Amino acid sequence: MSDLQTPASSAAAGAATSDAPVSATAAANASSAQATGGRTLLPRNTLLRHLLVLVLCAVGAVVLLESTDLGFNAQIGYVAFYAIAAGGLTLLTGLNGQISLGHGALMAVGGYTTALLLDAEEPLPLVVIFLAAVALTALVGAVVGVAAARLHGPYLAGATLALAVGLPGLALYFKETLGGEQGLTVSTPDRPEWFTETIRTLSGGSPSGVKWIAYISVACLLVTYFLLANLMRSRVGRTWRAVRDQEVAAELAGIDLGAWRVTAFVVSAAAAGLAGAVLALVVRLTAPTAFTIVLSLSLLTAIVIGGLGSLFGALVGSVLLVFLPRLLRDAGESLDMDAAQAAEISYVVYGVILVVVMLFAPAGLVGSVRLALLRSRARRSAARG
Amino acid sequence: MREFINLTLGGVITGAVYAAFALALVLIWRSTRIVNFAQGAMAAITTFIALSLIESGQSYWVGLAVALLAGLVLGAVVERLVIRPVEGGPELNAVIVTLGLFIAIQALISVLFGVNQRAFVAPFSTIGFRVGDSSLALSPNTLFTLGAVLLVMVGLTALFRYTRVGLAMRASAFGQEVARLLGVRVGRMLTLGWALAAVVGSLAGMLIAAEVTFVTPTYMDALIVFGFVAAVLGGLDSPVGAVVGGLLLGLLLSYVRGYVGDELVGLAALAVLVVVLLVRPGGLFSTTQTRRA
Repeated sequence: MSDLQTPASSAAAGAATSDAPVSATAAANASSAQATGGRTLLPRNTLLRHLLVLVLCAVGAVVLLESTDLGFNAQIGYVAFYAIAAGGLTLLTGLNGQISLGHGALMAVGGYTTALLLDAEEPLPLVVIFLAAVALTALVGAVVGVAAARLHGPYLAGATLALAVGLPGLALYFKETLGGEQGLTVSTPDRPEWFTETIRTLSGGSPSGVKWIAYISVACLLVTYFLLANLMRSRVGRTWRAVRDQEVAAELAGIDLGAWRVTAFVVSAAAAGLAGAVLALVVRLTAPTAFTIVLSLSLLTAIVIGGLGSLFGALVGSVLLVFLPRLLRDAGESLDMDAAQAAEISYVVYGVILVVVMLFAPAGLVGSVRLALLRSRARRSAARG
Repeated sequence: MREFINLTLGGVITGAVYAAFALALVLIWRSTRIVNFAQGAMAAITTFIALSLIESGQSYWVGLAVALLAGLVLGAVVERLVIRPVEGGPELNAVIVTLGLFIAIQALISVLFGVNQRAFVAPFSTIGFRVGDSSLALSPNTLFTLGAVLLVMVGLTALFRYTRVGLAMRASAFGQEVARLLGVRVGRMLTLGWALAAVVGSLAGMLIAAEVTFVTPTYMDALIVFGFVAAVLGGLDSPVGAVVGGLLLGLLLSYVRGYVGDELVGLAALAVLVVVLLVRPGGLFSTTQTRRA
């Protein structure tokens, strides 16, 4: 990132991206490996390729979780819920061109649902609770999506901002059920016997509740990204891109713009709902202060850094969201700031990143690298021909 | 009955501040087609600058003058440095840039001035006038608030209607190419528009701070939403619409606050916004039918 701030390279980056019409969403237009003509070791079939990546990532995640301490495992849980929500948001903003500042509020729907259901005398199986959280949030997303489908740009941003500011008020209004300002504490679900056995044979350690939750979070993340990646590569993903880029052409091709926008919002909200459910488990608390507008803006930062429309970019952005604040907090405390002030430094950095990326490399990390690769390949083939 | 009268008075007063804030948004929207989501944070930081001056012993009026001046400079610098490159580009980019400013400036306030809430002393008495043995939600300070907003509105109207600069600004907003051909320095007019809007926003920030008496770095969060809703209610394009929208929204939210609950004010604003956008996307005062929301 640092070289972007020097004037010379920034001018070059500005010039380089200006020829791409919808440059901010360039990352969303990633063609799959074989379509670009590059050689690859991965299978050509999309589903097989995604399954293979899924298995590799799962193995990598187990190795990562077993080789690090519990504190780091908890951090992985944070990365997971940010990444799930950011994945949903990047689909909405990158592929479908709709911005949402309401995803923090949608996460609250999933989080509170999970907290309430886990609090029952005989809690349902965790999978059922998660599905309920996803379903309810998707339903809310459908309602918001119907209104959002008719809006664009600043209007949509303003309306979803109003959602983000307004919805936490419900938790304060229904104090008895939703806990008011203090929120609801989330009870940790019991870890099953087979999990304990597996971990014991795997690494010999005795698994704790933190580890169980970390595994749940990572599993949710992998499943979500597998589903989203397939969706993005499918006819559905192509239709969303058509709706984003060429409204008139899409309509002429028989695509119902409104219906597809609502679909994108529902899918995105479902991901946010799952993210909220995972957040409830990881943080063990759902309170209005956890779902502020700042959460929504952090998610936006994650997907803008990575490149709008790229799941990998969303993951990279989420990793930054978790680990950057710790670095900055240490730096701030060494400058004699109190902890609360030092924590705010990371948000200054997020804001500056949003502005700088939009001005100098609107395609984000993944998109810019991809654009550069495409350009150099084009230059090489031009030189050869 | 007394409660109704007081809620109405309170609604008119907060509505006037929403109107000023909405007016700032409209000024920017008219000239650059950008909604400045950082407006609230910009107003908050100028208010905090004023507050630290006042706390160090300066009078309220020195603080107010510095806040307005800081707003002027901040607005001009922001437009020139970060908004100019995204003007006329994809609307998503401009939205994200203003959101980035929003989060950066808001966090900067916490870093510079701390995260705790601080008392903001109003310039005039906030004790309501008495009629008989009941006190009204109308105090010398609220009269000052109303007067200040009214002054700004008259001033802006005069500027746009009777001065050359105002004419040039209207021309730049109406048609950049044509204005440029006629010798208007369009770039300068856009910078001036942002600077003026930031001054109006800063004033709204100072006025609302005196009304709520306590400020935190996030105290303008709700106001940016209310200002946006008021501006959309009036059509985003029309200064008169912004004022009427602000007053209507102020009244409505005041009744919600009084009769339903303070917690649901944000949702009520969302409901108003959704209804307006779905039923009459051009706002109450739309003259053109071509623009879609």
